Amino acid sequence: MSKQYSYRRFHPGTQPAYDFPPYASTAKRHPKQPLVIAPQTLSEITGPVFGYGDLKPTDHDLTRQHKGEPIGERIICSGRVLDENGKSVPHTLIEVWQANAAGRYPHKSDRHDAPVDPNFSGAGRTLTDAEGRYRFITIRPGEYPWRNHYNAWRPAHIHFSLFGRAFLTRLVTQMYFPGDPLLPYDPMYMSIPDEKARLRLVSQLDWENTVPEHALAYRFDIVLRGSAATPMDDSPGE
Amino acid sequence: MSLYASGSQTVGPYLHIGLTWLNTDRIAGPGVKGERVTIHGRLLDGDGVGVGDGLVEIWQASATGKYAHPEDRQKKPLEKGFRGFGRIPTDAKGVFRFSTIKPGRVPGSGGKLQAPHLSVTVFMRGLLKQLSTRIYFPGDPANVQDPILKRVPAARRATLVARPKGRGVLQWNIVLQGKVETAFFDF
Ligand SMILES: [Fe+3]
Repeated sequence: MSKQYSYRRFHPGTQPAYDFPPYASTAKRHPKQPLVIAPQTLSEITGPVFGYGDLKPTDHDLTRQHKGEPIGERIICSGRVLDENGKSVPHTLIEVWQANAAGRYPHKSDRHDAPVDPNFSGAGRTLTDAEGRYRFITIRPGEYPWRNHYNAWRPAHIHFSLFGRAFLTRLVTQMYFPGDPLLPYDPMYMSIPDEKARLRLVSQLDWENTVPEHALAYRFDIVLRGSAATPMDDSPGE
Repeated sequence: MSLYASGSQTVGPYLHIGLTWLNTDRIAGPGVKGERVTIHGRLLDGDGVGVGDGLVEIWQASATGKYAHPEDRQKKPLEKGFRGFGRIPTDAKGVFRFSTIKPGRVPGSGGKLQAPHLSVTVFMRGLLKQLSTRIYFPGDPANVQDPILKRVPAARRATLVARPKGRGVLQWNIVLQGKVETAFFDF
């Protein structure tokens, strides 16, 4: 056989448990039986490949999807997608979605009594470049209430969805903002047991990418599962 | 350098805002070779209630057993126009439905062929990390020897095999809890 990667299992404490009582909705939506541990095959180490043909040129700029500009504080959100070996993940799809500056989603299920912004759809997508870098232009999302517990408010966040190189490197996560006082009260953020792992979901103010008189910038690097070892390659010529 | 993978977080209730643009319930276009099949089912929570804010993603090989991905080094031609990816949101009753072609057999560990299967990833509000499972095809003689299916306790294997519902139609449910809880994998 030709060379085949296998990917590392997650480090303990870095991933949430399926059953997490502080987030009430997990109660009826987590498997009760243990997961079946299985070896990775070609089916898991391959995955969908996306290209520029799948995207529109302004898909990465959430402030330019309508006639007018959205209300809110313009921000540039950028970073790198890496794997656990520190290798960049090039040309991979990133999808984002978020609330508007007032903490409202343009979604039929969102009943929060905050204004909808006709100039903000709250969704974007891009591909990482050859070095795994990405960049979005958006507005800072607002906090919003949810009914999980008494007076529950989500800290400001941007939802991120990534594919990586394989179907098993698929990751959906959320980016938070530095210094947000709501973070310790948020069951979703707190569902990640290890404090250092939690902090990796908090972006950092990024002076270098700030555009004077125009936009603040935040940096958010994302790490996907990496190969467990140097792959064996016994297929010369490939 | 060694880093730890970023933590997973739920898609939340507003997943459609960011993900709908890539919805694909016809995985194989009209020109793609293979045995046509429509698969439908429901995503059910611990009370047997349909999950209305879920998303199912499918990954599969072509009818010849070739993945449209550079890591598939098999000397088989790639079928033009076939990506093998599906993204299907559930409706208000938890129903999902997609059409595709039955994939061919692909190698497993040690080069032994696996039975035809679709890889499935499940997302929903209330789920902090995606779930991985597989759909196998009913009556396929390769199922009994499949190395991944054999990992599943015998009593639970049936949860991964779709049920025939007429010509070219299969039914397969995703059950999160209870007597027929779907077997999910940790790969
Ligand atoms: Fe949200």
